[in-house]
Amino acid sequence: MKAQKRTLADRQATPLTRLLLGLLTWIVVLIFFFPVLWMALTGLKTEPDADTPTPHFIFKPTFAQYASVWKGAGGLNSLPSYLEHSILITVLSTLIVLLLALPAAYALSIRPVTKWRDVLFFFISTKMLPVVGAIIPLYVIARDLHVLDHQRLLVVLYAAMNLPIAVWMLRSFLLEIPRSVIEAAWVDGAGLVRQMRSVILPIISPGLAATALICFIFAWNEFFLAVNLTTVNGATVPIYLVGFVQPEGPFLAHLSAAATIACLPVLIAGWAAQDKLVRGLSMGAVK
Amino acid sequence: MANVIESAPAVRRGRARTRRAGAPGAGSWIRRVPLVPALVFMFLVTQIPFILTLYYSFQRYNLNFPTAPRDFPTAWNYEQIFGDHIFRTAVLNTVLLTVVPVVASIVLGVGIALLLNRYVFGRGFLRTLIISPFLVMPTAAALVWKFTILDTTFGILNWFLRPFGLGSENWIGQHSQITIMTFLTWQWTPFMVLLALAGLQSQGEDLLEAARVDGASTFSIFRRITLPQLRPYIELGVLLGSIYIVQAFDSIYIITQGGPSTDTTNLPYYIYQTAFQAYDIGRASAMAVIVVIATILIATLALRAVSSLFSSEGMAGR
Repeated sequence: MKAQKRTLADRQATPLTRLLLGLLTWIVVLIFFFPVLWMALTGLKTEPDADTPTPHFIFKPTFAQYASVWKGAGGLNSLPSYLEHSILITVLSTLIVLLLALPAAYALSIRPVTKWRDVLFFFISTKMLPVVGAIIPLYVIARDLHVLDHQRLLVVLYAAMNLPIAVWMLRSFLLEIPRSVIEAAWVDGAGLVRQMRSVILPIISPGLAATALICFIFAWNEFFLAVNLTTVNGATVPIYLVGFVQPEGPFLAHLSAAATIACLPVLIAGWAAQDKLVRGLSMGAVK
Repeated sequence: MANVIESAPAVRRGRARTRRAGAPGAGSWIRRVPLVPALVFMFLVTQIPFILTLYYSFQRYNLNFPTAPRDFPTAWNYEQIFGDHIFRTAVLNTVLLTVVPVVASIVLGVGIALLLNRYVFGRGFLRTLIISPFLVMPTAAALVWKFTILDTTFGILNWFLRPFGLGSENWIGQHSQITIMTFLTWQWTPFMVLLALAGLQSQGEDLLEAARVDGASTFSIFRRITLPQLRPYIELGVLLGSIYIVQAFDSIYIITQGGPSTDTTNLPYYIYQTAFQAYDIGRASAMAVIVVIATILIATLALRAVSSLFSSEGMAGR
């Protein structure tokens, strides 16, 4: 975000208008943020404090719900094994994405192939086709290959899901490298690998990190493929949460604590990648 | 110049021609090598299933009757779908549950971006807060909304509304479409805020100052300068928002299960039910084929409208 400066419009506005607009901004933003805040707060309550028709805003915070989410209580599974699957699947799929996307982005930007435009549109077109169009064969193929409910299935599918985004995004970063830098490397006789390692990678490493974070966010939150293709052994955190859909007894604090844990990694990743978020989500179209 | 639209790539091609000796030409196979793994991978994982979906759609294939003859090729599934009133409902629901959240999130997004683009105390902090709904796991958010916010008895929304005489609404049961639309709008507004902010920050302050010195009103500045500047960003928001929201599944699966009755059953959810609850692979595949064809048609039109965004070097500095 640009350094804050007062625009002319701001300077012309009366102090009262400025104050009211500032207040309005805060109120609107807080309304949007409220569900997230409420989730985090409810997770810190005891069940009697959470399950009331009149919300308790003042309560004694406790981590008891977090402890029981971790250990598994009340007939609910414990979270750690699902977390482990989620971490493994997102990290591996993100690594695969970067390994495949970086060379591809290179061949679409720095030394473009003749049909680079068609290739780019092929990548983006795969993002436009709805996943429901592929889910049925994926299920049948996975069943026949005996990889239903296996973590490696989601690793492959999440890699395919994120690859187009990563190609577009990395390409937009590669295009920003000054031409002269790359040509200087050619003149020095650097081969492709050395050029990549000692010239390109250091320059685009922030972009590479942002791309990894975006892929991580999408893979971590993915639900449709996970719910249809996994049950226990390959199941990720969203599948754990779905167990709350048919609750028994008071559970709001328990649910909120579990949901908070599930959201935290991506919230942190997203806040960290804030400046590159738009670029990633728009696949490099907006800088 | 007939070549105006092509100018950005032409520049790049021109640059490519100035490459040093030792760099292979654009047509050379060695240039394509880095592309091959990604292309092969994408082809295998995304194209083969689509071809199979097409193939299944012409079979009477139900997992409940694994030994029944499949009668390939048969148009039976397609005939079933065109007589299926739930399918028609699902199509209408999909349109409704996509268009309303896309429009609402863009209007809200531009509004909030305009507010955030001013001098506001704690602006960076507010921006961090506003992107959170987009980041939180949709499954988690949907559960939290369902049980702690929208619930008739324990939900905090009814508590807020009680002073206004509305305190016992059954949101999920009686206003299911509004509930899903609101949830999707809440989820997608942050994305539109970010896009609109990027657009607002690319506009030149000089032009705005000039307009203001000339005595233009705030509204006419917005309509005649800001809005045209934002247009490509809004178009991109429509395109990306539609691509994702049309596939909305998590929130419907968790909050309403497509109900009550079929009020919030959109196409992804109906296909899911047909495939994984009725195990009718053939019919679900035929529906998926129709969805894919419709998406291709709409996306082609939309892409033509906004392709300048993607073919140029991006939107910064336009």
